[in-house]
Amino acid sequence: MLELSDVTVAYGSIAALHGISLRVPEGKIVTLIGANGAGKSTTLRTISGLVKTRGGSIRYDGADITNRAPHAIVGRGLCHVPEGRMVFANLTVQENLRMGAYLQRDKAWISSQTEYVFNMFPRLREREKQAAGTLSGGEQQMLAIGRALLGRPKFLMLDEPSLGIAPLLVKAIFEKIVEINRDQGLTILLVEQNANLALDVSSYGYVLETGKVLLEGPSAELKANPEVQAAYLGA
Amino acid sequence: MVYGVLRFINFAHGDVFMLGAFSGVYLNKWLGPALAGLPWGVSLLIILVLSMAICAALGIVIEFLAYRPLRSRPRLNVLITAIGVSLLIEYSGQLIFGATQQPFPQLIPAENLTFTGGLAVTKTQVIVLVTVVALLIGLRFVVMKSRLGLAMRALSLNPTASALMGVNNSVVISFTFGLGSALAAAGGILYASLYPSVEPFMGILPGLKAFIAAVLGGIGNIPGAALGALIIGITETLVGGYSQAVGLPSGYKEGVAFVILILMLLFKPSGLLGKIEREKV
Repeated sequence: MLELSDVTVAYGSIAALHGISLRVPEGKIVTLIGANGAGKSTTLRTISGLVKTRGGSIRYDGADITNRAPHAIVGRGLCHVPEGRMVFANLTVQENLRMGAYLQRDKAWISSQTEYVFNMFPRLREREKQAAGTLSGGEQQMLAIGRALLGRPKFLMLDEPSLGIAPLLVKAIFEKIVEINRDQGLTILLVEQNANLALDVSSYGYVLETGKVLLEGPSAELKANPEVQAAYLGA
Repeated sequence: MVYGVLRFINFAHGDVFMLGAFSGVYLNKWLGPALAGLPWGVSLLIILVLSMAICAALGIVIEFLAYRPLRSRPRLNVLITAIGVSLLIEYSGQLIFGATQQPFPQLIPAENLTFTGGLAVTKTQVIVLVTVVALLIGLRFVVMKSRLGLAMRALSLNPTASALMGVNNSVVISFTFGLGSALAAAGGILYASLYPSVEPFMGILPGLKAFIAAVLGGIGNIPGAALGALIIGITETLVGGYSQAVGLPSGYKEGVAFVILILMLLFKPSGLLGKIEREKV
């Protein structure tokens, strides 16, 4: 469904991605793991059009989306939950969700999807009228995911959903990610520092290091790989 | 508002205000024969709306030509450009309209209204007040209730996130400039109705004071800006009135707004109704 071929990105004169190639098949959860600065977030930002490529191509859903404007890419159902959540702090939970549905015209679909999000994260319903900036980190993550689900995604990219969140909530949020993948048939590309967790929920994984794909393979195999264990799983 | 979305002071705002007033002068001149038979309220409305439309278009063009190419540059560059745009409009105005003061046509008939208790106001003052209140309510409605208004607020909080929601940030920024410039034009016409003479530099002081009012009320907060403007206006009038009693020339009142700005920035930089922007990390 998504295919990157030899994508190169540089910030100024500093190269961030040295030719990344990866594939995410429809309906699967694929993960990118790696250390800080390996280029995981840059990869996602490049796919969603926030960062321009220097070379290579990105194909999504049968079309070339390389260097398209972010709003055009979202319009194709490719939604990105960015690192650091980026909820609109001064807007209410409800307004944040309405922003998620910015491109959606079908009122009935919006209200049923909002209901789906509220049922998935009941905390958000309780805090519907509250400014998003007053939510806890975990609740903000739920809101960021909920907001992306209102963009009618076919493909969801999640950047570090566990960052800065209480361990108990992390587990709950990952269960929801699997649930979204199952219920809504959503393809998911997950970036995560917590490699253990990411490999547990995904079917295929890529290990990034300094802007290159170091290793790839089915998640179970990566988890059993001694090299990966030593470097990323703390075993 | 423009500051809220783009994070820079549009110094040219006062000059769009001036252009609004001049559009009023010329529209009245050109459309005069056509408007002659209509009641004054209708012709006022036509001139107001047309000037607002002209200035909205101008604002969008200014943003497109001067500010858009600098969007990814440091904010200081844009700020300096804004000063340049302001000077460009002022001196082009002098070239085109002439440097001398011109009378502003009387769009609202002169008439004094006296209320019980000896309160006397002119009809112009009443109409100006009513129009301002109507525009403020309209603006608040657009910003708080419409889809574009929501996008404007989202963009001002986090442009990256708004782009990821599918917002075409450029379109929203153009819209913001157009809306702001239309309101500046309305301000110019209403101001010139109260003080009926126009010249190319008339926008400088009101532009600065408008910015101070916005800072006083809390940047990006519409009721705050209205409150700030009210406070500055009343303080100025009081200072003007009382300064003569203590032997100071009334010209000192022009400085009041700036003293308020300095005090505000020292003691409460977020403004009277402003929220301190903070985010949990």
